Amino acid sequence: MLLAIDTSAGTSVAVVDGGRVLAEVGSAETMRHAEVVGDAIAEALAVSGIPIAAFSGVAAGMGPGPFTGLRVGIAAARAFAFGAGKPVLPLASHDALAFERYRAGHAGPLLVVTDARRREVYWSLYGGVDEFGIPLRSGGPGLSRPDELPHRDVPRFDAAACSAGSLGVLAGLTHLHQRAFAKDEALYLRSPDVTPSNGPKRVTG
Amino acid sequence: MSESDPLVLGIETSCDETGVGIVRGTRLLANAIASSMDEHARYGGVVPEVAARAHLEALIPTLKEALATASVDLADLDAIAVTSGPGLAGALMVGVGAAKALAVALDTPLYAVNHLVGHVGADILDAGGGPGHAIDAPTIALLVSGGHTSLLHVRDLVGDVELLGETIDDAAGEAFDKVARVLGLPYPGGPQIDRAAQGGDPAAIRFPRGLSLPKDLERHRYDFSFSGLKTAVARWVEQREDAGESVPVADVAASFREAVADVLISKAVAACLDRGVPRLLLGGGVVANARVRELAQQRADAAGLTLRIPHLSLCTDNGAMIAALGAQLVMAGHAPSTLSFGADSTLPVTEIQVR
Ligand SMILES: [Zn+2]
Repeated sequence: MLLAIDTSAGTSVAVVDGGRVLAEVGSAETMRHAEVVGDAIAEALAVSGIPIAAFSGVAAGMGPGPFTGLRVGIAAARAFAFGAGKPVLPLASHDALAFERYRAGHAGPLLVVTDARRREVYWSLYGGVDEFGIPLRSGGPGLSRPDELPHRDVPRFDAAACSAGSLGVLAGLTHLHQRAFAKDEALYLRSPDVTPSNGPKRVTG
Repeated sequence: MSESDPLVLGIETSCDETGVGIVRGTRLLANAIASSMDEHARYGGVVPEVAARAHLEALIPTLKEALATASVDLADLDAIAVTSGPGLAGALMVGVGAAKALAVALDTPLYAVNHLVGHVGADILDAGGGPGHAIDAPTIALLVSGGHTSLLHVRDLVGDVELLGETIDDAAGEAFDKVARVLGLPYPGGPQIDRAAQGGDPAAIRFPRGLSLPKDLERHRYDFSFSGLKTAVARWVEQREDAGESVPVADVAASFREAVADVLISKAVAACLDRGVPRLLLGGGVVANARVRELAQQRADAAGLTLRIPHLSLCTDNGAMIAALGAQLVMAGHAPSTLSFGADSTLPVTEIQVR
């Protein structure tokens, strides 16, 4: 039994039991993660009817995604896991998107692409899935201008938002088959966007 | 203080300090702080994205440290309090997201509180872990840091706080940082200016006191402005350098510091006298400045005011002050916040608790 949280685009929270999604709630809004996340967790728990003690972990979507929102979900996942005394199971959000696509019938290579704002996109390349249906990432996640996107020969999946239900089911499979989780760090793929100062500017001409 | 007083955990992430504090009623049990100040030094000021990233990494370790220091179990908490604003939006959101998830995981009431009112609430606590005390109200509160410069009239900590004035441009702490750069001193500027000013003549250069002329006082009696002061110092230093003369760093630092302290304390004391309030409370990191404290004491004594300055560890941003304010709200019987509040970078002080 897992709680799953992803805020790499909108806010998505789910309760999953193995391959079953017992509850999935959220909001597509991309600017209100902090407002939405608490009610979304409470509602997912209520809808599923699962007591917190029954959970075995918290799946966290680590991005890539716009930083401000992405962090809210990771902070919430870590805090919930800490409060509940359960481990965090970090996964790249793109892996969950690829997982969804493969489950819908796609086979072979796949390029997952999501919006990175500022006229750039995030991308991840997959060669296919393993025997358990877990996507095999062979490149990325990376950041690119749309016209410089690599692997253009590969079928492309432009995704708008990552579903915490898919993230949770993938986390369950990853755990069950003892595959590697992602590093427990946010996938920012951009520096904090500042240049160190070179001393004071003159105020007189 | 008794064992029946509420055990409250406070989370503060409005600027560059990740603070987690734990109080029981008015007694301080833990005040754990992780600062990203060193990461900002190379930029010469707080970089919001750098601060927000640091909060995400520091939050759980700081939480663990506070719980260990207080010897408290999460399950024992009666409430969680978190800063909803004002502050840096992206930084605030880390604390808000974490606090909500923690509150749901623990099924604990959550109080979304105002950072500035939290600074006032810090005065309840005894940094040594003593029993603490009630806030003497009414009081005027002068809150000065790198992020804010605000003058408040506090009639009731959990019910009635009025903003009298605030900076219309830079925070006082920012002015210290910028003038330190002009003088070739490292970040953060406050302690550097304080050190450089030793032995300097505070009357050597008459730098401007922002918004202190009679015409400004009509509209901005309790507001502050440090942008003109900062420019005046830079111009003065540049003219010296252009003339090939050496810059008397101690005199410039002392004169600048005097200008800041003078205008801060003058306006705060004026507010006490205008409002007939016999108390002045200082808060915020700039309180670390020796001259600000000294001048406040002199002027308060002269005006017959009681001056209160919490311990420095409770003046800089911290989670204990947020927990203290949360505990006061609990004890006053206020209902918890709903889970739908957000991070409000410009939250007004009149909103002591966000519903
Ligand atoms: Zn502050």
